[in-house]
Amino acid sequence: MADSTTSRVSFTLDSSLDSVNKIELTAEQCAQRAGFDEDTIPNIAMAVREAAVNAVLHGNSYDTSKHITASFETTAEALTIRIADQGPGLDPETLPDPLKPENILRGSGRGIFLIKAFMDEVNFRQLHPGTELTLIKHRKPAQSGT
Amino acid sequence: MSMKVKTRQVDGITILDLSGRITLGEGSVTIRDAVRDVLAKGSNKILLNLGDISYIDSSGIGELVSAFTTVKNSGGELKLLNLTKKVHDLLQITKLYTVFDVKDDEATAISSFTK
Repeated sequence: MADSTTSRVSFTLDSSLDSVNKIELTAEQCAQRAGFDEDTIPNIAMAVREAAVNAVLHGNSYDTSKHITASFETTAEALTIRIADQGPGLDPETLPDPLKPENILRGSGRGIFLIKAFMDEVNFRQLHPGTELTLIKHRKPAQSGT
Repeated sequence: MSMKVKTRQVDGITILDLSGRITLGEGSVTIRDAVRDVLAKGSNKILLNLGDISYIDSSGIGELVSAFTTVKNSGGELKLLNLTKKVHDLLQITKLYTVFDVKDDEATAISSFTK
């Protein structure tokens, strides 16, 4: 049964793939507790993993002196995940569309696209330095117990 | 869980049976190395069996695309076999499903390669 209690957990982690795996696992657990269905849970986990990979790889460039922060908040209305890095910043408007014919055979550049495909809302915020991605998945009334 | 690759030959086609996860830092490099090894041995007709792939991320998808273009540029063919629902859905979302030649039966896949 879905838990309707508001909860929040956050981490500050190294710029490593271990951190990506921890963030992905936490997202999966939060999505399960929030009562999302078995098709939606892996999609949320994947979107969060992509955001964490972006933070570690493209944001902090595996720089051991930089950290990423991840927070997970579950309310009656939504599961909200925030992933922040300390990198040079990301302008989402400059990202090429991976569905365009000239980009379809590129070996990278699909992460943000998949995040947007699997989440209900995706917001970018510049931190100076760094970027914070906010990923929101709305809960249905039956999931929140309201 | 990391990714594992088993290589076998059927009628001149190299089949790579992949299992596990294809993600950044796990399976993506393994696929790249496996395809490069096949090409180095003179074979350029490759069937990637993804039936036991439990998870793939955008890096893994990118690696499949890179493998496809690498083999194609060498004059060969790379096809996909036994997509799980998850991988199938991801290729649909990214509009790559029509880029790859996808098969769900090994015998049919083998016979579809140019002789």
